[in-house]
Amino acid sequence: MTEPHTGSAQTGSAHSGSKAGWPLYEVFVRPRRGLNHVHVGSLHAADDRMALLAARDLYTRRNEGVSLWVVRSDAITASTPDERDPFFEPSGDKVYRHPTFYDIPEDVPHI
Amino acid sequence: MVTAEVAEAIPAQTPEDRFEAVVAAEQRIEPRDWMPDAYRATLIRQIAQHAHSEIIGMQPEGNWLTRAPSLRRKAILLAKAQDEAGHGLYLYAAAETLGVDRAELTEKLISGRQKYSSIFNYPTLTFADVGVIGWLVDGAAICNQVPLCRCSYGPYARAMVRICKEESFHQRQGYELLMTLMRGTEAQRRMVQDAVDRWWWPSLMMFGPSDADSPNSARSMAWRIKRHSNDELRRRFVDMTVPQAEHLGVTLPDPELRWNEERGGWDFGEPDWSELNRVIRGQGPCNAQRIDRRRAAHEDGAWVREAAVAYAAKRAAEQSHTEEENGK
Ligand SMILES: [Fe+2]
Ligand SMILES: [Fe+2]
Repeated sequence: MTEPHTGSAQTGSAHSGSKAGWPLYEVFVRPRRGLNHVHVGSLHAADDRMALLAARDLYTRRNEGVSLWVVRSDAITASTPDERDPFFEPSGDKVYRHPTFYDIPEDVPHI
Repeated sequence: MVTAEVAEAIPAQTPEDRFEAVVAAEQRIEPRDWMPDAYRATLIRQIAQHAHSEIIGMQPEGNWLTRAPSLRRKAILLAKAQDEAGHGLYLYAAAETLGVDRAELTEKLISGRQKYSSIFNYPTLTFADVGVIGWLVDGAAICNQVPLCRCSYGPYARAMVRICKEESFHQRQGYELLMTLMRGTEAQRRMVQDAVDRWWWPSLMMFGPSDADSPNSARSMAWRIKRHSNDELRRRFVDMTVPQAEHLGVTLPDPELRWNEERGGWDFGEPDWSELNRVIRGQGPCNAQRIDRRRAAHEDGAWVREAAVAYAAKRAAEQSHTEEENGK
């Protein structure tokens, strides 16, 4: 049996699967070859295969994808919600990671 | 008592301030952000009601699935009903991000504790009703839903973007169906006019009571859940629809409908608000039937939900057994 999970990137809250015991899945679609899978939403399903079939019927009725991933929401580890979170601070002060940090004379070509 | 000095020192750090700042900056509130309890409660009520409307909304048209006049019309109607089921699911998923459970919402719907749009309590008497629902009811839904794509709550806004992409097909298939009937016999044209006469006023009521009687609107607008007032959206819908009615060759059943040169829009009569209140209170022509049908579908489907869980548990047990045998 599935245990109620404690939240995910999508839900964030402590709500569990539905009362019938169907866990929550997050759905990712690759819209075209050459693009990344993108999170499109979530759904409840009894097992992985059912989640995949339901994701096809729910999120790709009009050729929105060439590939689908489904993953149990409780399998996702998420950072804390606040976008000003110190978790992301290490990237804040490293201006030298950006190309515009460097002054190159105008007449140097192709750089 | 907090002194002015202290209060000034911490303003950007209270969750309230952060919430207000995100909303004011036209950014989105996401599920795990702090939000006022009343904001959460308002969204749960609105999104649940919206989800219920999509699900109940399959019934009036579903009435014609087995009697569509051609395979083409049947396939189209099936696809539309399937879309509406999908809309319901997107919205239930959005509501669940606020900490409620879909099963709980379904329970509230079938016990009458949560509402759905009053429009679905009217019967579909002829196949022309299918066309008029696509044209007017989905048309009004589009007017309501497009601004919701910019709602301050992220999951709701994203669900609305998906839904709006699909609604245009609904409206166009309805209008095309009506154009086909209007090119037919005199009896078919009368059938269209009769359907328009019955659905026009209930469609206008879909935008809710007039602004004067809509006390919660201002707060929803301040929270950027809602972007336009009920009356504003209703006017927009009438302005869009009148030329479409002319093109179709039907008369909208409102003697007060006339062009207002000054405003550059159409003036129209007042809907019968007592009728809307009656239907909301449960005294519309089909309220009991709609809920009975939904309850029966839910109860008849219980064994399927249970069987799926039992099957998943059995498969999981088999799998772990095999792994043990393989010494994994
Ligand atoms: Fe819909
Ligand atoms: Fe629709």
